[in-house]
Amino acid sequence: MPIDYYLNIAASGLLTGLVYGLAALGLSVIFGVVRVVNFAHGEMMVAGMYGAVLLAGFLGLDPLLSAPIVAAVLFVCGWLLQRGVVNKFVERPEHMQFILLLGIASILVNGMLMLFGPDARNVSVPYSFDTVEIGPMLLDAVRLRAGAAAIVVAAALFAFFRFSRTGKAIRACADNPLGARVVGLNIDGLYALTFGIGAAVVGVAGALMSLLVDARPQLAPEYTLLSFIIVIIGGLGSLPGALLGGMLIGVSEALAGFLLMPSLKSLFSYGVLIVVLLLRPQGLLGKRS
Amino acid sequence: MTALLTVSGLSKRFRGLKAVSNVSFSVPEGRILALIGPNGAGKTTTFNLIAGVFPADEGTVTLKGTRLGGLKPNQICAAGIGRTFQIVKPFGALTVEENVVVGALARERSVAVARAQARAVLERLELADQAARPARSLTLPDRKRLEVARALATRPTLLLLDEVLAGLRPTEVDRMVEVLRDLNRREGLTILMIEHVMRAVMALSDQVVVLDHGEKIADGTPAEVVADPRVVESYLGAEEA
Amino acid sequence: MTGRGIVLLVLAGLLLAVAPLVGDRYVVSVLTTVLWFAYVGQAWNVMMGFSGLLSLGHALYVGLGAYVSAALFVHYGIGPWAGMLLAMLVSVAVGTFIGFLGFRFGVKGVHFSLLTIAFAEVARIGFDHIQWLGGSGGLFLPVEAGVSDPLNLRGSPTLFYYVILALVLGALALSRVLLHSRLGYQWLAVREDPEAAEAVGVDLFRARMTAVAVSSALTALGGVFQAFYFNNLFPEQVFSMGRSIEIILPAIVGGIGTLIGPILGAFILTPLGEGLTFLIEAGGLDLPGLKQLFYGVALVTIVVFRPEGVWPWLARRLRLVRQPGEEA
Repeated sequence: MPIDYYLNIAASGLLTGLVYGLAALGLSVIFGVVRVVNFAHGEMMVAGMYGAVLLAGFLGLDPLLSAPIVAAVLFVCGWLLQRGVVNKFVERPEHMQFILLLGIASILVNGMLMLFGPDARNVSVPYSFDTVEIGPMLLDAVRLRAGAAAIVVAAALFAFFRFSRTGKAIRACADNPLGARVVGLNIDGLYALTFGIGAAVVGVAGALMSLLVDARPQLAPEYTLLSFIIVIIGGLGSLPGALLGGMLIGVSEALAGFLLMPSLKSLFSYGVLIVVLLLRPQGLLGKRS
Repeated sequence: MTALLTVSGLSKRFRGLKAVSNVSFSVPEGRILALIGPNGAGKTTTFNLIAGVFPADEGTVTLKGTRLGGLKPNQICAAGIGRTFQIVKPFGALTVEENVVVGALARERSVAVARAQARAVLERLELADQAARPARSLTLPDRKRLEVARALATRPTLLLLDEVLAGLRPTEVDRMVEVLRDLNRREGLTILMIEHVMRAVMALSDQVVVLDHGEKIADGTPAEVVADPRVVESYLGAEEA
Repeated sequence: MTGRGIVLLVLAGLLLAVAPLVGDRYVVSVLTTVLWFAYVGQAWNVMMGFSGLLSLGHALYVGLGAYVSAALFVHYGIGPWAGMLLAMLVSVAVGTFIGFLGFRFGVKGVHFSLLTIAFAEVARIGFDHIQWLGGSGGLFLPVEAGVSDPLNLRGSPTLFYYVILALVLGALALSRVLLHSRLGYQWLAVREDPEAAEAVGVDLFRARMTAVAVSSALTALGGVFQAFYFNNLFPEQVFSMGRSIEIILPAIVGGIGTLIGPILGAFILTPLGEGLTFLIEAGGLDLPGLKQLFYGVALVTIVVFRPEGVWPWLARRLRLVRQPGEEA
């Protein structure tokens, strides 16, 4: 039954893609508000993976349960990073921001390399090898849970920006920083909060990803680029776009890895990135500036 | 009297909003024409259409009988139109002299010759003593002068000046007016200027075109325009209120 | 420059010229690495420093230069002096192709930088699968001990040292000439304000394309050197994102857009990194990543505290260059 087979692969890819999308959501939130491109995003994600690995190793916590702890820790780190360093760069030229964050990325990834070594670390949960039958498809239990959790977190984030007072203030600040300052919003505080939220979100994505992939420092630059690819495809600053882009990339990676060679699957993503950059740089759901 | 620049039926919309609508006027060779009007009247958009920053939706711009439609800003400059920016755009990290050298290199291959030309232009704009300073360290009046110097160094036949007198003190306005009058009288430079400083408009211009809401509402000598009731209502009246 | 600056520069040049006569093998090898980074840093500086185009994928041009020249040598016995012409040609062709796409489609700022990364990554993954070039297993150049054949760039470390020293001096001279030319002024204008540059007659597309062409050609030569110096090439190393970052470091630390900056930056960074490795190894520790971690710290420190780089600051403090306002 080849059609079912493809369907199965696509569904698996879609679930992984939801986690990718969640990671990209964090990048998009930071860019959309602070207007700084977080080149250390994948590094934060891998930090989230290691957080889940450690909590599973020492406390035997399921990554789904440790995700809130990881989120809290990364929130604080992101908040401090914005307050301490990045905030000074908000008004500086773009290339200075990139270089700053590339430096931070390099510190993070090599710090992790020194702490954890180059070898892969995995998390084992009781349902690691379980599968669930849904119609004609046979899906991994870990993937289903990770995908579902990604949707829950993304929904919570949308709700936060849509309904909460703080979320609305952040949105106002993204639309018109000057106006927000005029009406008395604490811009620097909101920026730090936003960077913290972005870091927390990508940390959760990392914790969920630890269910699917073994943690290695080398994954970090790949995830940074992957997040970029996704937000550019979805539209830089567009939250639904990030989730949509994540699912697209997840499915296309899974199919490309199966139809071509697994090692060529990211080539496909870069191809898509180049085409989108050239033809629709504002992304699928982005607004033209 | 031949027209150096002819603008006819020029229109531009931004997201459905009419910024410039069916504007026509012509600048006679060797004269100074002032483009005035309240904020948002479409003056700078008209400038940008002439300078090739974006294409017009309708209408044509002709310089000495040559259509300029579809040319990029650098080609417009090569055709003989120099411009300044309302929000000054100095090359901040370069020195004042280097800024003007870049302008002179528009028509000059040799850097040494361009430098000599740049010095002459700086002399003229009373910026010679600032030549070696980084442009970003200049005061606003000097930055405005630098804008004019850089545009002038491209040796234009028509100079577009976008509010070069705004923000200057009265004495500085007088000095700049003197420089512009001198360029016009002695070298026959044709000038199209957007200006809010009415005193300078009255002193300098041979002809005034008034825009309001993207449309031309008056065109004539300064005295005629000032007496025009429509102008008084839309612009001068609003200004005095 | 002031007389003092020129004296210091000449002195540094003389010191470098006699270094292999007084230093041992280790010193020569470290200096070769320093000069290599100084060279590629200068090449990158043409794009970012002179014309404001942030390429974060310069490993692509190093890799293309390295693979083209190595393939010609391994498969056809064509030496690097001839091979470098094709290496530069291929690199320029790819560079201008990326530039053409980017500039024609109006890809700006962060999007342009991502475009350069994307192409470097495509090359990395693609070269992993080109078996003719060794694939992911690597491409190796034949090494014979004791052979001295400068025509094929085979020989002692001293030969390589002088080759890379010549490249650095050549790139310095070329950068200086370009910066004082009409094209150089136009590049700087485009870097400072593209819109204003265009208004004074600069053809943005042409200025940017020439910057990409010069930069990619120079960088490709760095790749040729690398191939024949190390005698092995792996796509995972040569084209990696990490390598692209290492290339931009010297210029950032030394001073983006300055002539001496990339050279000074390499002389600061590489010895510090080497010293750190040396200390760690002497202590009997094995800490992979420490050198890169240190580079990361250096990068952050520089952009936070000395964003214009070390050279402009040093030159001011030591009065090596004339300050604006001083008589020329």
